[in-house]
Amino acid sequence: MNEHLIVRVVTKMLVPFVLLFAIYVQMHGDFGPGGGFQAGVIFATGFIVYGLVFGIERLIKALPLRILLFGISGGLLLYAGVGIASLFAGGTYLDYGVLDSHDPVHGQHLGILLVELGVGITVASVMTAIFITFAERWHR
Amino acid sequence: MEQIIDILLLLLVVAMAIAMARLTNLIAIAILGGVYSLVLASIYVLLDAVDVAFTEAAVGAGITLTLMLAAISLSARRERLRRRPVRNAIAVAACSVVAAGMIYASLEMPHFGDPDAPIHTHVAPRYIEASPEEIGVPNMVTSILASYRGYDTLGETTVIFTAGIAVLALLWRWRRDGR
Repeated sequence: MNEHLIVRVVTKMLVPFVLLFAIYVQMHGDFGPGGGFQAGVIFATGFIVYGLVFGIERLIKALPLRILLFGISGGLLLYAGVGIASLFAGGTYLDYGVLDSHDPVHGQHLGILLVELGVGITVASVMTAIFITFAERWHR
Repeated sequence: MEQIIDILLLLLVVAMAIAMARLTNLIAIAILGGVYSLVLASIYVLLDAVDVAFTEAAVGAGITLTLMLAAISLSARRERLRRRPVRNAIAVAACSVVAAGMIYASLEMPHFGDPDAPIHTHVAPRYIEASPEEIGVPNMVTSILASYRGYDTLGETTVIFTAGIAVLALLWRWRRDGR
């Protein structure tokens, strides 16, 4: 799609806002609709649209597969790690209340934030990686 | 008034499904599938399920459409139609039987918003009453998904992780040096 000037210019302007909206959905999941899963999907869509318009090589240059592999496993490890941390803090697995020794509600907030972040990172990386795999095969 | 909107949206869903079944242009079918998800998302909003609507819009209309288009670009753009009357008749019969069974089962379901429905009498009252003090998060859906049902969400994330790893292992052309 290299020759479509209008699509390129509009995408260039739109992608940062798509990514910003994804971060908003991620961080605002406690207060409104949304959360890690939706945020991850929107984040991935931003990168995929970039790849569709500017070509798969530039997407891979911006987001190498090595980083995506770290994201795919890192998000899940972050989620499971919060569970382990709550074990060490003296609670049961994934019981976030014990993460803050003074106020269990604060512990719950912290746990939910980290867990949703883990979900978001894994979902965004998996979706982008699946797209890159398909598109790269077609490209060759 | 709300009933008219409901009926219109549901009719739109049916029309879209028929159009998707009759078209042969795969790109048009994929885009119609995205619109189908968007209409479904508006129905979920009418049912006050905003989190579900958000997911349907982001996943069904957003990422599924893009991945479908990527998959179509790997294969053909048009469906090749072959006349197979016996096979088609069997497919229509199977679909009709399953649809009739599901409609029959839905007759037994409690009415929408029925306070005596099993889903409203089991653990839901406990979550609604205790969540503001125990979790303190304004969006109760998030508190249930991430905290009360944390194991479920961990399992779902593991499923997504496995799907991603499986696609990469099958389709990515790994080079010798592991990149």
